[in-house]
Amino acid sequence: MSRADVCVVACADAWRGDGAVLASPTGLIPRLGARLAQLTFAPALLLTDGEATLTYDDEPEGWLPYRAVFGVVAAGTRHVMMGASQLDRFGNQNISCVGGWRRPARQLLGVRGAPGNTVNHTTSYWVPRHEPRVFVERVDMVSGVGHDRGAVEIRVVVTNLAVLDFATPDRSMRLRSVHPGVSVADVRAATGFPLVVPAEVPVSRRPTGDELALLRERLDPDGLREREIR
Amino acid sequence: MTVNHFQPGSGPAVPAATTGAGPSRPRHAEKSSVMSVDDMVAELRDGMTIGIGGWGSRRKPMALVRAICRAGLRDLTVVSYGGPDVGLLVAAGCARRVVTGFVSLDSIPLEPHFRRARERGTIELTEYDEGMLYWGLLAAANRLPFLPIRAGLGSDVLNVNPELRTVRSPYADRSDLVAMPAVTLDAALVHLNRADRRGNARYLGPDPYFDDLFCLAARRRFVSCERLVSTAELIDSGPPQGLLLNRMMVDGVIETPHGAHFTSCVPDYDRDESFQREYATTDWETFRATYLDGDEEHYQKAVAAR
Repeated sequence: MSRADVCVVACADAWRGDGAVLASPTGLIPRLGARLAQLTFAPALLLTDGEATLTYDDEPEGWLPYRAVFGVVAAGTRHVMMGASQLDRFGNQNISCVGGWRRPARQLLGVRGAPGNTVNHTTSYWVPRHEPRVFVERVDMVSGVGHDRGAVEIRVVVTNLAVLDFATPDRSMRLRSVHPGVSVADVRAATGFPLVVPAEVPVSRRPTGDELALLRERLDPDGLREREIR
Repeated sequence: MTVNHFQPGSGPAVPAATTGAGPSRPRHAEKSSVMSVDDMVAELRDGMTIGIGGWGSRRKPMALVRAICRAGLRDLTVVSYGGPDVGLLVAAGCARRVVTGFVSLDSIPLEPHFRRARERGTIELTEYDEGMLYWGLLAAANRLPFLPIRAGLGSDVLNVNPELRTVRSPYADRSDLVAMPAVTLDAALVHLNRADRRGNARYLGPDPYFDDLFCLAARRRFVSCERLVSTAELIDSGPPQGLLLNRMMVDGVIETPHGAHFTSCVPDYDRDESFQREYATTDWETFRATYLDGDEEHYQKAVAAR
């Protein structure tokens, strides 16, 4: 079992209990997580091929062009897991640019669908490299809105070190679990704002034998997931 | 609202439509919107707001974009789900403002020319959520001043676009929503797989993107196509649901085989990934001199000769 395997099941668990909603993962590890969830404990989950085709166990089952995705966003029947170049303690996220918006130091993707996603349906985040540069006091441009700005639900943030959630009175970020081999101090040092840390922090759940077999034999036999974490 | 049947002026001879068997139709049924790339460029002016169909690096009307770069139009406002169309127009100095939710080459996440222009402060940007842009085109297509939408609330999209206003529901919910203004276009450029000479057109791939909306939001509408076919062949080439454009939505039809290159135009062809990499990693002057200084035929030959 590798760190990447732990991350895949932590991502999969984000969609636990969601029912028939569209899972929209960004990145390989979230995609493996969503597929794993669909094949095991969340069989009602909908997935696409990343373009316009709905897939079940990677086989086509329906049509969902971009215009229909915006309908799903507005209807709220979706749970997206996005990336984040910056993320603050209330879950405000930035994928647009670093530095001043008018003339950024680094132009990134643009806000994409982040504003609409976060005010319409559940959102989670995947951060392959947990570091203070990502977990910042204040994001440079609010692309995805946080709990202090009207987010529907930021469910979890899965990183290469830990799982974080917002189960606090003011819905600020809390350490839910640390991955095997990671200490609470490691996570604190990699986070650029004061994190809510419970007295007892559990270790992130390990994949079951069935999950590992699915991952290794069917979903990612070439182990590409290992490359997404550095 | 005027329904516009565009009459080509001094365009080249129209290719003979390959009609199937059967008697030929009367001439008045053969009203043609066929034009050349140069005819289209002649209708565009500096400072126009131009909408470009497709999505990212997918089914972009690249032959039409290349023609605009060659013609050296200036101060354009480019409305697009941005890909290399935006990159080319920015690098060539044609675009003053970009209206978008992202600019990406898909397999290469960041568009290098757009990125450089933003970091040098040489381009103006109107940055919307992707769904807001859709709503803005929908509002323009429906001749509405705005459409309400949740997307944008609470985000910095409202701060970087200080002209955006919210609207309060007059019903019991009293909710505040973004009043997304109509995104009205002077011209729309789209690329589809098949079209007839009247302006009916269809896509054959999995996604129509927003090409119909771009046309409905624009005053002048230009569709390039992989192949110009007879109406009968157009009808036979796929299901009726794939007939995205009709004659009310199109002023000019331009046949540009391989005209979406290097973006994808499935099922006719996939994205040319190696060429896209070359585009993304070659300095602009070299790329322009190699591929864009001649006409479209020169471009296609230069691409084939790599």
